[in-house]
Amino acid sequence: MISMQQISKQFGDLVVLKDINLEVEKGKVVVVIGPSGSGKTTLLRCLNILEKPESGSITIDQQTIDFSRKVSKKEILSFRKQSGMVFQTYNLFPHFTALENVMEGPVTVQGVNKAKAREKAGSLLSKVGLSEKLDVYPYQLSGGQQQRVGIARAMAIDPKVMLFDEPTSALDPELVGEVLLVMKQLAEEGRTMVVVTHEMKFAREVADEVIFMDNGVIIESGKPDELFSRPKEQRTKEFLNLINQ
Amino acid sequence: MKRSPKNGLMKMYLYNSFFSAENIEILQDSFLPLLKGVLSYTIPLTLISFFIGIIIAVVTAVCRISGIKLLSGIARVYVSIIRGTPLLVQLFIVFFGLGNLGIDALKFEPFTGAVIAFSLNTGAYASEIIRASILSIEKGQWEASSSIGMSYFQSLKRVILPQATRVSIPPLSNSFIGLVKETSLASTILVSEMFRKAQEIVATTYTPLLVYVEAAAIYWVICFVLSLIQERIEIRLNRYVKT
Repeated sequence: MISMQQISKQFGDLVVLKDINLEVEKGKVVVVIGPSGSGKTTLLRCLNILEKPESGSITIDQQTIDFSRKVSKKEILSFRKQSGMVFQTYNLFPHFTALENVMEGPVTVQGVNKAKAREKAGSLLSKVGLSEKLDVYPYQLSGGQQQRVGIARAMAIDPKVMLFDEPTSALDPELVGEVLLVMKQLAEEGRTMVVVTHEMKFAREVADEVIFMDNGVIIESGKPDELFSRPKEQRTKEFLNLINQ
Repeated sequence: MKRSPKNGLMKMYLYNSFFSAENIEILQDSFLPLLKGVLSYTIPLTLISFFIGIIIAVVTAVCRISGIKLLSGIARVYVSIIRGTPLLVQLFIVFFGLGNLGIDALKFEPFTGAVIAFSLNTGAYASEIIRASILSIEKGQWEASSSIGMSYFQSLKRVILPQATRVSIPPLSNSFIGLVKETSLASTILVSEMFRKAQEIVATTYTPLLVYVEAAAIYWVICFVLSLIQERIEIRLNRYVKT
């Protein structure tokens, strides 16, 4: 479903991603972990082309985009629609209600008529447990509720893959569970997901594959059990020791 | 402090002479012509110029932040020229200067000339307000709208500008209220707006203090009403913000 080939990205002189290769099969959940500054968020943002890699190519489903040549804006726009992005800081549109936030993609981007979009947005919001919050503005919602609207908004454009950028990092501890629950539910439905997170328990329970990144490279990857219990690389061991303290 | 009786008498004299029957008649007689100046010139001039000015301002602000060197360069030069020269001089250049070139298309009616000068002036100042308002919207809003597949202009129209509008209402109201008063400068290029009407009245009555104070009071009432409207707009646009 997803294939990244030799993706490199640098900000000025700072190399953030070095020759990344990554394959994600359809319906699999991949969790990316690593210390801050390891490039994991940039990796995810490259999949949505919020960051444009300098070289390499990315394929999602049937569509490939090759960054070694000039990429047009149109190409980027159409490629983006294949993935839904969930942000650490939710980034809901504050001037729209929960329902309008979710409707915005279908109406403005896909040209779906409003009645249909409203119906779809309503069912997505009830799926994330917010059927009673359709007409409230984001500021009236808790962080966990806002993030669930964020998930519904991302799903509304029918993406082939869902991308989560530390979706629970900005949340109060007691609100983390409700968001993870929704994500788990999506995983069980067989959605292809790439998740950058520090929630190791979630990674253990839900991930099909865990990737450990450091300094812009993938150090090792494997089934969660293997990687967490028997990491092969020294750096992975050190990282896991640090977060288990 | 104890008032001297002389001082009190003086005040009473001034009061009585200011509000003498004669003066009250002048005030009453001049009110309608002044009001006519407000309704047929001051307000239309303000509204039309502000409307065109805001369109110019949005385009200029978007050019400035576009990152396209040619566009942002043109926008910078425009803002710099307008902000760097007096409005009165701009009015004279548009009306007398261009009118003197001998090109018919550039010979404007006084009202048209005033609209051009005021629109260009408002456009430059308001563009900085709008640019600042756009830049004040978090980067995450651009990213979120891009991530659901919106183009640059879709993001701008649906997500960024509506939020920037909220931020820009207080400073834009300042510009608008400023413009109401600046239209008095149009009197110098023969537009019969309120202040010119006042000058004409003074020329026959020789009561400058009386008539100009009356004109000032009318400006103040207009601006007061505008600030009430501003409050209403702010309340409406703040509905989605935690207060």
